Amino acid sequence: MLQFLFKRLLTFVPTFIGVTIISFAFIRLLPGDPILLLAGERGVAPERYAELAAQFGFDQPIWRQYLDYLGGIFQGDLGISFTTKRPVLDEFFTLFPATLELSLCAITLAVIIGIPAGVIAAVNRGKFFDQALMTTALTGYSMPIFWWALLLIIVFSSGLGWTPVSGRMSLMYFFDTPTGFMLIDSLLSGQEGAFRSAVAHLILPTVVLATIPLAVIARQTRSAMLEVLGEDYVRTARAKGLSPLRVNGLHALRNAMIPVVTVIGLSVGTLLAGAILTETIFSWPGIGKWMVDSIFRRDYQVVQGGLLLIATIVMAVNLLVDVLYGMINPKIRK
Amino acid sequence: MALLEIRNLSVDFKTAGGKFRAVDNVDVAVDKGDLMAIVGESGSGKSVSMLAVMGLLPWTATVTADVMRFDGQDLLKMPARKRRQIIGRDISMIFQEPMSSLNPCFTVGFQIKEALKSHLGLDRKQRHARAIELLEQVGIPAPEKRLSAFPHQLSGGMSQRMMIAMALACKPKLLIADEPTTALDVTIQAQILELLTDLQKNTGMALILITHDMGVVAETVDRVAVQYAGRRVEEQNVVDLFDDPHHPYTAALLAALPERAHNRLLPTIKGVVPGQFDKIDGCVFAPRCQFADARCRAVPPKPAGKELGDALCHYPLIKGQPQNKEMSA
Amino acid sequence: MTDRTAELEPPAIPAQPKPPGPLKEFWNSFKENRGAVIGLCIFAAFLFIAIFAPWIAPYDASEQFRDALLQPPAWQEGGSWQFPLGTDPLGRDMLSRLLHGARFSFFIGIIVVSLSLVTGVVIGVIAGFSPKWADTLIMRVMDIILSFPSLLLALVLVAILGPSLINAMIAIAVVLQPHFVRLTRAAVMSERARDYVTAAKVAGAGRFRIMFLTVLPNCLAPIIVQAALSFSTAVLDAAALGFLGMGAQPPTPEWGTMLAEAREFLLRAWWVVTLPGVCILVTVLAINLMGDGLRDALDPKLKRS
Repeated sequence: MLQFLFKRLLTFVPTFIGVTIISFAFIRLLPGDPILLLAGERGVAPERYAELAAQFGFDQPIWRQYLDYLGGIFQGDLGISFTTKRPVLDEFFTLFPATLELSLCAITLAVIIGIPAGVIAAVNRGKFFDQALMTTALTGYSMPIFWWALLLIIVFSSGLGWTPVSGRMSLMYFFDTPTGFMLIDSLLSGQEGAFRSAVAHLILPTVVLATIPLAVIARQTRSAMLEVLGEDYVRTARAKGLSPLRVNGLHALRNAMIPVVTVIGLSVGTLLAGAILTETIFSWPGIGKWMVDSIFRRDYQVVQGGLLLIATIVMAVNLLVDVLYGMINPKIRK
Repeated sequence: MALLEIRNLSVDFKTAGGKFRAVDNVDVAVDKGDLMAIVGESGSGKSVSMLAVMGLLPWTATVTADVMRFDGQDLLKMPARKRRQIIGRDISMIFQEPMSSLNPCFTVGFQIKEALKSHLGLDRKQRHARAIELLEQVGIPAPEKRLSAFPHQLSGGMSQRMMIAMALACKPKLLIADEPTTALDVTIQAQILELLTDLQKNTGMALILITHDMGVVAETVDRVAVQYAGRRVEEQNVVDLFDDPHHPYTAALLAALPERAHNRLLPTIKGVVPGQFDKIDGCVFAPRCQFADARCRAVPPKPAGKELGDALCHYPLIKGQPQNKEMSA
Repeated sequence: MTDRTAELEPPAIPAQPKPPGPLKEFWNSFKENRGAVIGLCIFAAFLFIAIFAPWIAPYDASEQFRDALLQPPAWQEGGSWQFPLGTDPLGRDMLSRLLHGARFSFFIGIIVVSLSLVTGVVIGVIAGFSPKWADTLIMRVMDIILSFPSLLLALVLVAILGPSLINAMIAIAVVLQPHFVRLTRAAVMSERARDYVTAAKVAGAGRFRIMFLTVLPNCLAPIIVQAALSFSTAVLDAAALGFLGMGAQPPTPEWGTMLAEAREFLLRAWWVVTLPGVCILVTVLAINLMGDGLRDALDPKLKRS
């Protein structure tokens, strides 16, 4: 197991280097002069130009620039946002909890509904429930989620008035956010109704963001279960006279989970891609919206830093999934 | 009263090519402490009939029977929940592939103790003690350590011992062993068979051994039922069967045993078991039978009666000679 | 089993029907799947509309009717059969725009899939046949691309290249192509060890010939399935980029772009928001249904979702 972990960590290093090269290359690949781009619309005086070039190291050879960039990364220096003048890393950590909260809620919803749905569909293979469920799952999988979000807003926010349209918290409440998670902070604040407001703001974005992972998990669980249900050990479990719940939900599902866990891990990338759309539509102040806004504001230091951080998160989660995979698969565990 | 009594059992499978009858009007009767074998080629429906008793057939199968009774209880009319209380406690079964029959994700200890918990309601300590006792019973060294092993850490023979321990957990009245040694090395085969017969003697349970190997039958069981193409063609006690088989198929099977061959060339039965698309009007064995005539090909035979081992044949053999042949001529 | 019985007995029917060819066999198992057939029908209709849109559509996609702004569909109060699905905020006929939109989506799908398929397969085959270091290098690069969320990478690429439909398509192709590389490489690796490849080598076939004419045709099944699924991803991602303002630019009647333009009329005019989305959903769903059917028919072992 340790050896497996070590090997896996070794592949992490070159991939990470590659990601830094890509995010480094990003600003240099932009058409036009990087300093003029960074300075924005107003333009700069020649002396200021030279100053900026020296500040960003653009007067150095390219390999030198890269090494400086890499050195900066290891010291936590990802540049400074042009719009807010704050370090990119600081901005990231202020906004990341919002995305994390939303993503965690979405993936929890997807797992809680997707796995049982897949199991039930597999056990009732070919029957009405299976067909209905799989049609729904494929529809969810094919859903343009930005449109789905608009539909839900039409129905639940403007039609029924049940949920707010945007943001994380009603303006009526104001409190400190020590954890950055609205659900927790609103409870800590002790203000009446704050928690309810947080939940109400979360519901629609969560549903939207969970849609595709939910469909993928349900489909994957079903096909993994179908494979496992034909195995000899499931027959053994039934031969013991165990209840269908125990046979399907424990003996079969435990084995079917091995590929499903991989899929759940892989949906983190999907989730972050989905967060870009979801956060933009619901004005959710997370890193997805931050990235889109920065692209439009041409705040390229932020785009560069965000790209690197998001890719690093995806890689870290993939690493975690591999470790988890080793833990639930006894053949690797040893 | 018989422990397990089955009359006119038929099993049909829905397949892409239509209905396929895997078991056709089979009778089985097993008494307490019986030691019998069901013998047949692959595809003869011998496993399917026993899986039907256990209720382990896939949903594509339809089971019909006049009587299917275990220990005085009607298995056919019983609700599923009640039936699950019998399966795994009073009747248990072990399978052909021990390696894949154990769940790779759980320790063998968990898998053995599971049945103890659900059927007998033993507490944790009792379960542990019983599991160790069981492993000792099936001859596994260092049982304490083995309980926490995962299936992939065990050899084939060891896995089959685990399966047997699991099957014995609730002291069943009937154990069905479906080709328990086919997937194992030859040296291990003998050990497992000996273990099964010893356990049968010591515990007094009934044992049904499903096999295709006449050699195994001779050394192990008391009584033999021979199945062919989903039908039971003959049933006798083992000594009489080997001495004087009444059905031509049994006779041909026995003649094919290496120990009994007199010629340099081993005799074989020509042809194969009829498949789903072979339509046969008369006796199912007629296409391969050396004694078959026009009547055999046209009219399905009826069982010949107790003294002739219920041989499903128009002209049952006595001492290798077909009887009643002249009548039809 | 049946073969052997046939040897023993004289065959009942002298002229046995020929076994079905591979195409026929594929079609037989494909049409078993009801969903796949429905998907195929919808896709055929979509294709028809994409080709003939200018002739079917009642109006030009950018023709504005200033006296009929935001007119509801015909069956609603205030609607008329002049504009069966209503008009958008600039008075353009929704139906015509949606029909023309099918053209763009189909165009996007075809171009993106061809681009990513060709580059992906070529790189995949090369990786499968290269020495270990080159293979590792190629796969690492693919890993790097895959560690960016697809939409984010596409967005950034468009930011570099400048927002337009063509650039959006290039960006999506770049993002989709690693999947083809991985798939092709895995298939090539498992085929390469087969006896027929050795036989071709012994017969003196050149390296290039073995790579693309001997091995590749036997790896096609999973690649075809991936191509179908990529088509739907391409349509979806292009619409998403259009929605974010980074894909096709107005007044292009691309479905995602139409949605973005209609966003502010969300509450006033349901049809301008709902209809383009329905078009995207139905198209993507049909392609995915077809992809599922293809997968089951071509390779029953490929039961991934």
